[in-house]
Amino acid sequence: MAGMVQTTVRSKLSLNGLNMTFGHGDEVVDVLENIDLEVREGEFICLLGPSGCGKSTLLNIVGGFLKPSSGEVVIDGEPVRGPDPRRIFVFQERGVFPWLTVEGNIGFGLFRLSRSEKVRRIAHYVELVGLQGFERAYPHELSGGMKQRVEVARALAVNPDMLFLDEPFGALDSITRLEMRRELLRIWRAERKTILFVTHDIEESVQLADRVVVMSTRPARIQNIMEINIPHPRDISSRRYLDLRDSIFEQIGLAHKI
Amino acid sequence: MKRWEAYTLPLLAAIALLLLWHWSVIWTHTSVFPKPADVQRGVIELFSKGLLWGYTRDSLYRVGVGYGAAVLLGIPLGLVLGWYPTAAQTTNPVIQILRPISPLAWIPVSVLWFGVTDAAAIFLIFLASLFPIVLATMDGVHGAPGMFVDAGRNFGLSTPALLSRVVFPAALPRIIIGLRIALGVAWLVVVAAEMIAVDSGLGYLIIDSRNAGKRYHLVVAGMLLIGVIGLCLDTGIRQLEKFKFLRWGFYHE
Repeated sequence: MAGMVQTTVRSKLSLNGLNMTFGHGDEVVDVLENIDLEVREGEFICLLGPSGCGKSTLLNIVGGFLKPSSGEVVIDGEPVRGPDPRRIFVFQERGVFPWLTVEGNIGFGLFRLSRSEKVRRIAHYVELVGLQGFERAYPHELSGGMKQRVEVARALAVNPDMLFLDEPFGALDSITRLEMRRELLRIWRAERKTILFVTHDIEESVQLADRVVVMSTRPARIQNIMEINIPHPRDISSRRYLDLRDSIFEQIGLAHKI
Repeated sequence: MKRWEAYTLPLLAAIALLLLWHWSVIWTHTSVFPKPADVQRGVIELFSKGLLWGYTRDSLYRVGVGYGAAVLLGIPLGLVLGWYPTAAQTTNPVIQILRPISPLAWIPVSVLWFGVTDAAAIFLIFLASLFPIVLATMDGVHGAPGMFVDAGRNFGLSTPALLSRVVFPAALPRIIIGLRIALGVAWLVVVAAEMIAVDSGLGYLIIDSRNAGKRYHLVVAGMLLIGVIGLCLDTGIRQLEKFKFLRWGFYHE
């Protein structure tokens, strides 16, 4: 029996009956309605939905920055009560600290480590995201893609077991965006984090995720969950890829019909 | 503006003004108001008597202490008031009532508390600098992007660490604007304070020169010195904006 338990991939995160409303009195807006989801350890999940549907709100609730109106978020069997360094949020708008260098940013969360360990850790993650030579540069001296790498490295440096990414590549040009996706997949495979990735880009979700959670317009509900069982690296001109992509297109299209 | 114009045009304007001043004195046959040349003589006179340096040093010392104390107290105070909405709401009426009172209105109170001493002048400078610094810091805290604060909390920072490592640096560009305004005010106030409360400094020089036999060439010399030193102080504090860790707050590439 013990062997059985070990071989089953255990549930990392469960969302149980989450509801979220903003405002009060007559001006109540329902943002999330009855969200249930189980995420396995090491899984890459994309939350896909139209802009403004509430998927960022959902990610903020999972990250502990917002309290749901009802329902609960359970991670590793414990209800989430607030933000936690074991799960790092990577922001939509670039959240690198502009007053710190690349090194300073990556080492930001490492204040509990000894100096030598901190230096070693920073060097490792500088290399992982390919920013050697830019250790002393300030964010305003970097391109958008490089800033995004700094933020990902800053998150990874504290060795979290989950990453929450909120449209992290939205502001990048399309070539950099593709490159960053490949990088993220490489890092995900190397570091085996559980990833929740919010996007409104259907292609992006099918390229990255193990499962795509398709959300409806507001109030956001889980419309469907698509298993993307294509091994990495994914051939984005393959039949299987295109079929999955088109089927999501159709679902999102339906969600837009009145 | 071309490069040579950037230097020559302001120079020409200054020369024109000096000429206008010179001829105005001659045309009006005034016996009291000095010509530019008299003022120059005044400056040299002050310099040779060793008063120039002594008075400047005394004024700068008072500003240094009063302004320094305001910086040391004002920034932490502004951070706390900006961070805790209840603290801001509680103190807001008091701040709003005290703020429009000119520092000069405090002179009698200051003299009552500290006597005719350096401390009285320093207290006035402290008071005058404190408000711009506190208000700019509060403003900076309110303007600090929420995502920086969220990121700080995400990495498990305690509130004091969050304030010092995230909120303070995020607010720093606005704080520096406040520091600059406060330094300007401090310099205005030291001159006024020295006219009443002490017996040295550039403000004292002006009022003393007038009282001791209407020596207006020294009055105007004192005024010009105050202007030049004020400009130097402002230029000095503006250099802060050029620090690499602050550039993001002042230049938008």
